[in-house]
Amino acid sequence: MTPRSAPVLDIRDVTKVYGGGEATVHALRGVSLTVERGDYVAIMGASGSGKSTLMNIIGCLDVPSTGRYLLDGTDVGRLDDVRLAIVRNRKVGFVFQSFNLIPRMSALANVELPLAYGGVKAAERRSRALAALDRVGLADRVRHQPNELSGGQQQRVAVARALVTAPTLLLADEPTGALDSRASQDVMHIFDRLSARGRTIVVITHEEDVAAHAKRIIRLMDGRVIEDVRRSPVGGLPPRLAEVAT
Amino acid sequence: MNTTEVLRFAVRGLTANKMRSALTTLGILIGVAAVILLVAVGEGSSQQIQRNIQRLGSNTLTVSPSTSGGGGRGGGGGLFGGGGGGVADARQRNPGPRTQAKDLTVQDAEALADPRNAPSVKSVSPIVTAQGLTAAFEGAGHSIGQFVGTYPSYFEASNKPVAKGTYFFNDDVLASRKVVVIGKTVAGDLFGTVDPVGRQINVSGVPFTVVGVLREAGSSGFQDADDVAIAPLPAVQQSLTGFGPLGQILVQARSADVVDAAQSEVTGVLDQRHGITGTASADFRILNQATLQETVSAATGTFTVLLGAVAAISLLVGGIGITNIMLVTVTERTREIGIRKAIGAPKGAILGQFLAEATMLSLVGGLLGVAIAVIGAQFTIAGVKPVIVPTSIALALGVSVAIGLFFGSYPANRAARLRPIDALRFE
Ligand SMILES: Nc1ncnc2c1ncn2[C@@H]1O[C@H](COP(=O)(O)OP(=O)(O)OP(=O)(O)O)[C@@H](O)[C@H]1O
Ligand SMILES: [Mg+2]
Repeated sequence: MTPRSAPVLDIRDVTKVYGGGEATVHALRGVSLTVERGDYVAIMGASGSGKSTLMNIIGCLDVPSTGRYLLDGTDVGRLDDVRLAIVRNRKVGFVFQSFNLIPRMSALANVELPLAYGGVKAAERRSRALAALDRVGLADRVRHQPNELSGGQQQRVAVARALVTAPTLLLADEPTGALDSRASQDVMHIFDRLSARGRTIVVITHEEDVAAHAKRIIRLMDGRVIEDVRRSPVGGLPPRLAEVAT
Repeated sequence: MNTTEVLRFAVRGLTANKMRSALTTLGILIGVAAVILLVAVGEGSSQQIQRNIQRLGSNTLTVSPSTSGGGGRGGGGGLFGGGGGGVADARQRNPGPRTQAKDLTVQDAEALADPRNAPSVKSVSPIVTAQGLTAAFEGAGHSIGQFVGTYPSYFEASNKPVAKGTYFFNDDVLASRKVVVIGKTVAGDLFGTVDPVGRQINVSGVPFTVVGVLREAGSSGFQDADDVAIAPLPAVQQSLTGFGPLGQILVQARSADVVDAAQSEVTGVLDQRHGITGTASADFRILNQATLQETVSAATGTFTVLLGAVAAISLLVGGIGITNIMLVTVTERTREIGIRKAIGAPKGAILGQFLAEATMLSLVGGLLGVAIAVIGAQFTIAGVKPVIVPTSIALALGVSVAIGLFFGSYPANRAARLRPIDALRFE
């Protein structure tokens, strides 16, 4: 199967063009990027610089106009619908800015959902979902529906849902964008701990505070990578946890 | 992702919007109930008409005088005439435009009864009828619907067995005895709980002795088949109608196979006796019970199909309702579909969920529709007791599920084919 050394993400000269004619938008103009297993990357950039576009391609929600994209060694562009669904289910966990929980379903049911689509049996599904909710500190809110939870709590449910399948890659598009600083802290703290356990994470953010949690910061501008800074080693602790440790 | 899971999602989807689901279900419910009930009404009226025709007797031909000339020899005419051969009344017959038109006579009947002339004929019963005669017994009065004067063979030919007492016999006819066999209604009105056999009733002042009571025949829709009295022909002619022409001649064939042969024999004999040759149109007509039954079955069959078709349209409208609701549901839940796809829902699961929702709506509607129809069929509708046709239940249910699948598949497919990012961006 996949050699151990293959990067989790290997993006080669990816472009994305929206629309046509007068209204053509070049959202990505050739982005190449590799992310190793265990890395914690923050993607920053001005509004409209193509961050979300890139993230959607990474998360297999969208397809690039040109270029190749290998996820965990597999060329995603060649997969059919069925395999793509499996990749989304097993390899990627996605956290959205607007939470995107399914309304009128309890937190527990929301978290169980990816497992249901992954074919996990009901009993195991339940225990894994409960464990994931416990990990984000919501063990006492499992029966609540999204509209009975605060924004921060909803986002933590979303994080639990993204984590529950133990994906290779955790993606978050402005996960703290709709949260106050306290709730943001909670979510970022969860990310730090996940990173410390070796999970590969890619986060989009506007906020320097949030980016400061990442081991590596990439800046985009007009659909191109203009800066790529490593702040701490791939194998080590994320910077914030490292500070606490010393 | 197994089937029960998909079904659970579907149930959750439907219960999230109870009012809407209920109304959509109602559309299918009405459609299915209408199909089953209308077909049942059609079947019920068809059976009722068949029963009326059977009352005419088995393997019988009814010969009646014809004033309208031409064309009337086969079936047709007096379809709903009900009870024992009372299609025309001797006293009320209009003499037609035809100058040499001859009446039916007892001699005609005797000629038909001759096995040399008509070998296929088993029995011949000449009939005169009088209507609205008043019968009285010890102060109780009753206007008899039909007072029939005939021969004893009439009882067998017209399917009128006696329940109590006896028929009258050839002797009674020869002797013009004033004996009478009465129907249930007459017996009930005149005698109540008293046993009528052996008692004497007064019919328009003429005393008749009751010798028997007919078995109950039941109402035939327009006429009460039990409101009759049957007496020997000469006795009736002598005392009530006079010795005019016959109202009808009831001919019974030897078997079902020779009814048509009997009809041509009867035609031949009467043509000869009435001097009808070549192009001249007959002055009598023959009602063939078997032909009549076929014609009427075909007609009522068409009627039932027509009712079913009207109902099927309402089922179709219900189906379009399902498509509409499913389209709205899919549009409304596009974001949810996007979320589900983003977390790895395979196309099949999305398709299955929406198809299951549509099918459940139509299946629940269909089952409730069947229940309503079955309950509704217990009541008499427009004078008809509906008779549920089991295949119509199977058909209506099958069609309603098929409608769910068919009309649900378009919105479901649209939902399943959406790219996750398009679904998520949908406003
Ligand atoms: N579906 C689309 N159709 C057309 N143009 C689009 C579409 N999505 C994004 N764009 C355009 O692509 C460019 C990049 O958009 P993108 O959403 O990636 O920006 P972003 O960096 O995430 O911005 P923000 O920080 O505001 O979220 C923008 O100019 C945007 O207008
Ligand atoms: Mg964005």
